[in-house]
Amino acid sequence: MSEAGTLEKIAPADRQRAFVPSPRWLFGLVLPVGAAVLYEITARFGLFEARLLPPPSRVFAALWELAVSGELLTHVTATLLRVAFGFGLGAIAGTLLGALTGSSSAARRFLDPTLQALRAIPSLAWVPLFILWLGIFESSKIALIALGVFFPVYLGVMGAIANVDRKIVEVGRAFRLSRWQLARRILLPAILPDYIVALRSGLGLGFMFVVAAEIMGASEGLGYLLVDGQQLGKPAQILAAILCFAVLGKVLDWLLVLGTKPLLTWQDSFARTV
Amino acid sequence: MLTLDRLSKIYANGTQALSDVTMGVAPGEIVALVGGSGCGKTTLLRLASGLEQASGGRVAVDGDIIAAPHPDVGIVFQEPRLLPWLTVAQNIAFGIEHLPKAERDARVDEALLRVGLAGYGPRWPRELSGGQAQRVAIVRALVARPKVLLMDEPFSALDALTRASLQDHLLALWEAHRPTLLLVTHDVEEAAALADRAIVMQPRPGRVFKDIPIDLPRPRDRLSHDFAEAKRAILAALDGSLGNPHSSPTRISAPSGASW
Repeated sequence: MSEAGTLEKIAPADRQRAFVPSPRWLFGLVLPVGAAVLYEITARFGLFEARLLPPPSRVFAALWELAVSGELLTHVTATLLRVAFGFGLGAIAGTLLGALTGSSSAARRFLDPTLQALRAIPSLAWVPLFILWLGIFESSKIALIALGVFFPVYLGVMGAIANVDRKIVEVGRAFRLSRWQLARRILLPAILPDYIVALRSGLGLGFMFVVAAEIMGASEGLGYLLVDGQQLGKPAQILAAILCFAVLGKVLDWLLVLGTKPLLTWQDSFARTV
Repeated sequence: MLTLDRLSKIYANGTQALSDVTMGVAPGEIVALVGGSGCGKTTLLRLASGLEQASGGRVAVDGDIIAAPHPDVGIVFQEPRLLPWLTVAQNIAFGIEHLPKAERDARVDEALLRVGLAGYGPRWPRELSGGQAQRVAIVRALVARPKVLLMDEPFSALDALTRASLQDHLLALWEAHRPTLLLVTHDVEEAAALADRAIVMQPRPGRVFKDIPIDLPRPRDRLSHDFAEAKRAILAALDGSLGNPHSSPTRISAPSGASW
């Protein structure tokens, strides 16, 4: 057939696009930087009450002060460690239970109703209990973060496994794959795109709950900076902490996407074409 | 030798899809299963592949009873069903992972060459056309060197030109190791072009209606008189199997004054 003759080099070009970051990401900086500059200018002209809404220059000054004194590093480290432990625990538990309920209808009937009922409870409602059980220090905070991470990961994994194309699974059966081989060679790669999305939403909720945990009582962490700024009337410090959350969350999410991108070059999706 | 012995299948909802089907397919023979919808062709194929269990009777390959997917039996589905996360070469090698790498690579390269896709090994399935993907799917089943290859309307989703070309590719592949070929089709031309025998099936419940030998030398000339005769014989049997040898659809005229 003549189709064999048209050997355009599609694949190499694709790989390049996947691994070399293009300067196009700078485009994403236009909006936040532009807004900051506009804010700075209008603040200079006195259009805002600069005491409550400090301009970017004051926020960066506060950030710089915290950085130089070494305080910032302490707070960032504390927050990141809590997120890391909470995210790790929540993601592992969510993955295991999601895989169980996704691949066995008996397990789904047995476990899923209970887990869905637990999910319906606002996670912050557990805080008093966690503090009674685990104390006011790290354990209760990590438990709260893990709980927040658990549900999106659990739901994502369960849904992804249940939605794997039956026809593709049948290919595995026709080639006599064992249960374990089926999981490794068919199910795992098939759910990977959904799994990464689930981990990303889990990570987002992890940051949400670390703030909740730190606001409720901590002596360090970015959440503590927020409370401290409120109590001492330092809005610049509050905004500095918020800025840190934005940057940390974005960077970690980006790392997660970047780290998993080589695994997903095969995808034939809409995003690739626009 | 593929043998089906009084095979029947009743689904859980009570539908009898297959009733008492007995047939034998000789080694290297190509048999086309032809029939209207609901005659149990696909069910028969799924039982023969071991993907589904028979309610009665048995399937055997050289005396080995097929109750689950078996290394001697390969299957090609209606859709290519390639694994999108594997390259073309990895897809083809999917069923021969147990072989040494050198042997695997040799078989993959040889197969790609044979279906006119040399150099396509590193591509992703999404980069293939429908016809190319189905060629890869056929090759994936064949590199494991099964004694029997089952095909479930493998070319039905393709346009007529691509279909004819793929039928030629299939024959070229079959020449290499001459597996037994059992092919489900609803295309009379396809049956006449490929098969040594066309088995026409009858619906409700699915059973064998007629076994028509096609004694034409290969390569077959699709424009020849004998080819047309073979097609006519299959078509006539197909009409007979549906119990309406000369009837045409009844036309119902719309009631006068209907506003739609």
